[in-house]
Amino acid sequence: MQDLHFMNFVGGADLFGYVGIEAVLDQMRMKTMKAGFEFNIMVVGQSGLGKSTLVNTLFKSKISRKSCTPNYEEKICKTVKLHAVSHVIEEKGVKMKLTVVDTPGFGDQINNENCWEPIVKYINEQYEKFLREELNVNRKRRIPDSRVHCCIYFLPATGHRLRPIDVEFMKRLGKMVSIVPVIAKADTLTVEERQEFKEQIRKDLDANGICVYPQEEFDEDPDERLLNHRIRESIPFAVVGTDQEHQVNGNKVLGRKTKWGIIEVENVAHCEFANLRDLLIRSHLQDLKDVTHNILYENYRVRRLNESNITFSELELSSWPTENGTDKSQL
Amino acid sequence: MTSSDVARQPDKGPRGLNLAGHVGFDSLPDQLVNKSICQGFCFNILCIGETGIGKSTLMDTLFNTNFENFESSHFEPQVKLRAQTYDLQESNVRLRLTVVNTVGFGDQMNKQESYQPVVDYIDRQFESYLQEELKIKRSLHNYHDSRVHACLYFISPSGHSLKSLDLVTMKKLDSKVNIIPVIAKADTISKSELHKFKIKIMSELVSNGVQIYQFPLDDETVAKVNTSMNGHLPFAVVGSTEEVSVGNKMVKARQYPWGIVQVENENHCDFVKLREMLICVNMEDLREQTHTRHYELYRRCKLEEMGFKDTDPECKPVSLQQTYEAKRQEFLVELQKREDEMRQMFVQRVKEKEAELKDAERELQSRFEQLKRLHADEKANLEDKKRLLDEDQSSFSKRRAAAQLLQAQSFTANGKKDKDRKNSGFM
Repeated sequence: MQDLHFMNFVGGADLFGYVGIEAVLDQMRMKTMKAGFEFNIMVVGQSGLGKSTLVNTLFKSKISRKSCTPNYEEKICKTVKLHAVSHVIEEKGVKMKLTVVDTPGFGDQINNENCWEPIVKYINEQYEKFLREELNVNRKRRIPDSRVHCCIYFLPATGHRLRPIDVEFMKRLGKMVSIVPVIAKADTLTVEERQEFKEQIRKDLDANGICVYPQEEFDEDPDERLLNHRIRESIPFAVVGTDQEHQVNGNKVLGRKTKWGIIEVENVAHCEFANLRDLLIRSHLQDLKDVTHNILYENYRVRRLNESNITFSELELSSWPTENGTDKSQL
Repeated sequence: MTSSDVARQPDKGPRGLNLAGHVGFDSLPDQLVNKSICQGFCFNILCIGETGIGKSTLMDTLFNTNFENFESSHFEPQVKLRAQTYDLQESNVRLRLTVVNTVGFGDQMNKQESYQPVVDYIDRQFESYLQEELKIKRSLHNYHDSRVHACLYFISPSGHSLKSLDLVTMKKLDSKVNIIPVIAKADTISKSELHKFKIKIMSELVSNGVQIYQFPLDDETVAKVNTSMNGHLPFAVVGSTEEVSVGNKMVKARQYPWGIVQVENENHCDFVKLREMLICVNMEDLREQTHTRHYELYRRCKLEEMGFKDTDPECKPVSLQQTYEAKRQEFLVELQKREDEMRQMFVQRVKEKEAELKDAERELQSRFEQLKRLHADEKANLEDKKRLLDEDQSSFSKRRAAAQLLQAQSFTANGKKDKDRKNSGFM
């Protein structure tokens, strides 16, 4: 029994009148609004770089609690403890479940070798959870997505170049997750210093073969490449975060008040927070999720399904051998 | 999650938070829609109905274009399906539309197997999607989705009730595809008859347990219009691509001596309702139902049939990998067995061929010997003959020599006698 298959390309001119196909856009919009979105963001950096403040500024609410100065005993803990907090935020009918994964302890120890391992493990665990659910015979309609869509890496504003820990971390995680490096507490750099620092960082990233978001190899068409190229020319963004408002010229603005002036966080002349926010939230949020789902997760899946010596202990995800965190991530 | 290093909130569900200002993620639906516009949409419609009932015309009318249509004969031995794909564009939305028509449905004398090709087609599309999904290296977001999103079942306008073929076919399809029944050529039924006909059809469907597609009621914006449309099922449609002037406009219509049936006039037929429901309001829902309900059901059944389970007999979760491995082992063993069999057969055949060839060689050899003997005999014969001939020749030449000698002697004797006579004559 044959199917006879024809491919005919009927152009727009051949539609003799209204059909109503474009209504599908509204249908899609309504369905996605009803279903809601999930977004998982991870912040990595040494303590005191303003991670929690930045997240709160990005999402204009008290998402992360600022860690108060850890007392002596807490500082001694040897491992990075990841801490994930979920909130549901809503804006103009769009509901988003935002999960922020914090990594206190990263880079804080005296010996920071392998401090990225718990992070790698966490990211792999989320991929594994999704893969398991996807492979089930009876599976949920909407597989809960806890995969890390974006990892903001905080660089201290030294003004010089990338440090070994930065290079190591970004090299290892660049292939697993979309890294967005930012220069933290950038109000200690003048505009010229900032430019030099950014150029140096970009050179270092290139020299070490580190791919940060937006990854050049995932560009699909020339338009996208052009747009992303402009973004790649301006990363890492130098940001300042705050949750306090002050009066400037009769307007209430978010800013940090110092003796020598008020640093307006959302003013592009002062710092690049607005650029970061626009990139992460207003224009590329869906793209971050798509890159994670279509490319990074698929890479993980291919690797996993090709492994022939799988030892599966049913739901004990955390008994994952750490070798998976270090060497395999070099792929 | 307990022994890992990740601490999470107690799972009461995430807290809601209030935003102190405009963050900007309200553009998310737009971001998503823009991506979809770049990729384009896919929509696949299956039209089932008897030959000549108006499937192609209705598709032309729905999409306002002239698809390539082939008039089918009524003498098809079996039901076939013909799928045609078109790229349509309206403003900035690109739609890849596939229209699948049945060919020869309802024409055979024995219609018992008529539904089977349709079911097979739908299953094949699910199968190829499942194959793609199970691949190791896959590209799902680029995959041309050929699964059937909507099935328009064309009911003949008899005015009485559904045919048994209709019931049987729809029952077989209702768990695989979204069925939207339509009454074709509705301009042959009067309004009152139509009303009774619709009620009869719906009650027959319900009493036979056929689940047709219900327009979704969970979204408030469309719930009202969908509820009222659900009450108008099945839609009585008339299709036409010819335009007739009515009043001062050109409208799509069918012109009869007694009047003009306007396709887009809601008093004349339900075409506009069908277009509203199928395209303008529920296209996305049809696609979603196909993916989350019908495809998942197919996938579940197929995987269970292949032996995959989520939990093994001790109720411990079994991973797909373990089953894969077990299957792979089985398969490899089977492969090895087949290979051995083939090898044995090969050896056997070689032996046989060898024996054959040996026989042939022996035969040839004996023929050769025979010929050689013959040849030797002939040669001996010929040599004998030659010897005889030689003897003859030599005896002949002897006799000749002897005769010549005799002749020569007699000649000289005669000559002497003559000479003597001559000489004696002188005397």
